[in-house]
Amino acid sequence: MKNSLLLGAIAVTGMVAGAATADTLQEVKDRGVLNCGISTGLVGFASQNANGDWQGFDVAICQAVAAAIFGDANAVEYNPVTNQVRFEILNSGEIDMLSRNTTWTFSRDVDLKLDFLGVNYYDGQGFLIPTELGVSSAKELDGAKVCIQKGTTTELNVADFFRVNNIEYEPVPISTASEAQQAYLAGTCQVYTTDASGLAATRASFEDPSAHVILPEIISKEPLGPLVRHGDDDWGDVVRWSLNALIAAEELGITSANVDDLAAAPTDNPEINRLLGTEGTLGEMLGLPADWGVNVIKANGNYGEIFEKFIGENTPIGLARGLNAQWTDGGLLYAPPFR
Amino acid sequence: MSTLSEPPKQSFHMGMLLNDTRYRGYTFQFIALLALVALFGWMVSNAVANLAALGQDINFGFLSDQAGYDINQQIIPYESTDTHMRAAFVGVLNTLLVAVLGCILATIVGVVVGVLRLSNNWLIARLMSVYVEIFRNVPVLIWILIVFNVMANALPSPSTFRGDDATASMLLGAFAFTNSGVYLPLPLWLEGSIVVVGVFVVSLIAIWALRRYARHLLYSEGRVIPTLPIGLALFVVPTLLAFFIMGRPIALEYPEMGRFNFQNGIQVRGSFIALWLALSLYTGAFIAENVRGAIQAVSKGQTEAAASLGLRPGRIMSLVVLPQALRVMIPPNISQYLNLTKNSSLAAAVGYMDITGTLGGVTLNQTGRSFEAILLLMAFYLAISLAISGIMNLYNNSVKLKER
Repeated sequence: MKNSLLLGAIAVTGMVAGAATADTLQEVKDRGVLNCGISTGLVGFASQNANGDWQGFDVAICQAVAAAIFGDANAVEYNPVTNQVRFEILNSGEIDMLSRNTTWTFSRDVDLKLDFLGVNYYDGQGFLIPTELGVSSAKELDGAKVCIQKGTTTELNVADFFRVNNIEYEPVPISTASEAQQAYLAGTCQVYTTDASGLAATRASFEDPSAHVILPEIISKEPLGPLVRHGDDDWGDVVRWSLNALIAAEELGITSANVDDLAAAPTDNPEINRLLGTEGTLGEMLGLPADWGVNVIKANGNYGEIFEKFIGENTPIGLARGLNAQWTDGGLLYAPPFR
Repeated sequence: MSTLSEPPKQSFHMGMLLNDTRYRGYTFQFIALLALVALFGWMVSNAVANLAALGQDINFGFLSDQAGYDINQQIIPYESTDTHMRAAFVGVLNTLLVAVLGCILATIVGVVVGVLRLSNNWLIARLMSVYVEIFRNVPVLIWILIVFNVMANALPSPSTFRGDDATASMLLGAFAFTNSGVYLPLPLWLEGSIVVVGVFVVSLIAIWALRRYARHLLYSEGRVIPTLPIGLALFVVPTLLAFFIMGRPIALEYPEMGRFNFQNGIQVRGSFIALWLALSLYTGAFIAENVRGAIQAVSKGQTEAAASLGLRPGRIMSLVVLPQALRVMIPPNISQYLNLTKNSSLAAAVGYMDITGTLGGVTLNQTGRSFEAILLLMAFYLAISLAISGIMNLYNNSVKLKER
């Protein structure tokens, strides 16, 4: 009996050790579905529609990766995770990737052993406040109560900002975006701070968005992007280049409407051909089908289409491209060459 | 002579560990102990090895790093530039504050309800039963959220106190009840206030001496002197006299509406009130049951004997029944105090920054040192629980029935 217990223990250790070095791409393929961590609910970035399907700007990244692997954008199992547990859940292997408006920082990348694979939204932290308080600058917030989401970079930025400017404030710690919204609307805090995109999304869901104003100060750099665990570079490459494919597709003028035509036969532009798999073996190098690029773009369109569909100026969120325009249009989006 | 008739003492040899029934039990217990130690050792080394494989060593160095975040309720001064260690300490004090105040209020509520539940008044007894059953049978987390949300939605927001057309106003011009907390006047200790405080302390000692003297009179001469009016007079009059003689050295700083919130005065945050009330009322319901059980455990003959001596019902309860019931109710109440202290970790639900919110919340998140932070949390709750039961056991030993 003792022996079998010992053997069982050794077997379990072996399995634990095995999981640490596993081939995530192969695991996902065997499972037939991608486990993707998303926000618990942020209009425009990750929210459920009337049918209960998840959709949004961050969700589209999950769908692009699923499309690259399976050719099916719906082969995703969504895992809504809170700010506080997101990294632990990713590190435990419960999810394969996290696409959840998460800021790329040094300590998360280095100390928490995570791999950020690029930026899908260049953001900055701002303040939302009712118009009736007549505040026009964050420097006037002396004595205000500020709702802050726990476990985020924002609570550190706020502490720095108010300390440097020598302003008194009181943090009101909140767990989720929806709780913050309730507390803000009830008046238990006068100011809500998070990434400016999140503020715009929150304001869009208010009864009267015009009664609230986002202050001009942007107090931090918040590059948001998808991330995976440290140590499986092949899997990281799949997510990184799925994101890059979306960005490059916009630059190269490949849209969900014309992708089938462009992929039907090699075009004059060799980069388009390599991206869509009609030339070269990029897909094979990633361990994916040759038409992976086509599937990525067909899922929700290229980066620009995704932006306009979920958070662009014609949506209730109403965000301008700003920093998130292509480098050719004066923005920061710059996909490395597909070569 | 008797030594001769005893069999020669057999010397111990190793074989007896297996063959002799007197020692075999020890052998197996020792083996079981070794196996248990080995199992735990293996679990710890496995955790360490797996963390090392993830590149995460166990290291408490992060405690001396700069915390970088702010905490709203601080009993000791704290800045975002202080260390994680100090942030954790602020959290510890917040936990202790709500635990101590919670235990006190829970005891008061529990004793009152427990006694009233045995009342002959049908309405009062039934009302107390309803209270006990409602609070005992709904999880405490739900109660915390109920109190918090009722406060957040029923009370006016601070902005309604502002301006000329303010819809809300302060009670007596000194107390403001808002949905983010209650604001109270803050006493300011001016020059000479030490005298007033000194007089107050002396009058407290005098009251204690008076009660001692009254008991002495009762036991030795059987005379009852009215302690209550004299005690009340001692409590109020000398302090008031000193206050006016010294030229009113204690002033009150009233909360005032600032641009966003009330300023000055004392702020009691909504998260604290919700946690404190919910924990006290919830635990109070259990204590009430302990009190009721303890009172019913005192033989009815005691009550009847006291009544036959001519004691009135109030005195029977306070002089005869409760002192005897105390012995029965203390041990189960110790575990209720422990429950209350441990349940205070539910503070996270309403954003109260206790030790779970600082060390186990923000620090854990910002540093990613979950293993270390959880270990420290466990050590803290273990230490505080052992301390509470240690103190309560000392008290229990002092009041329990002395058997000689």
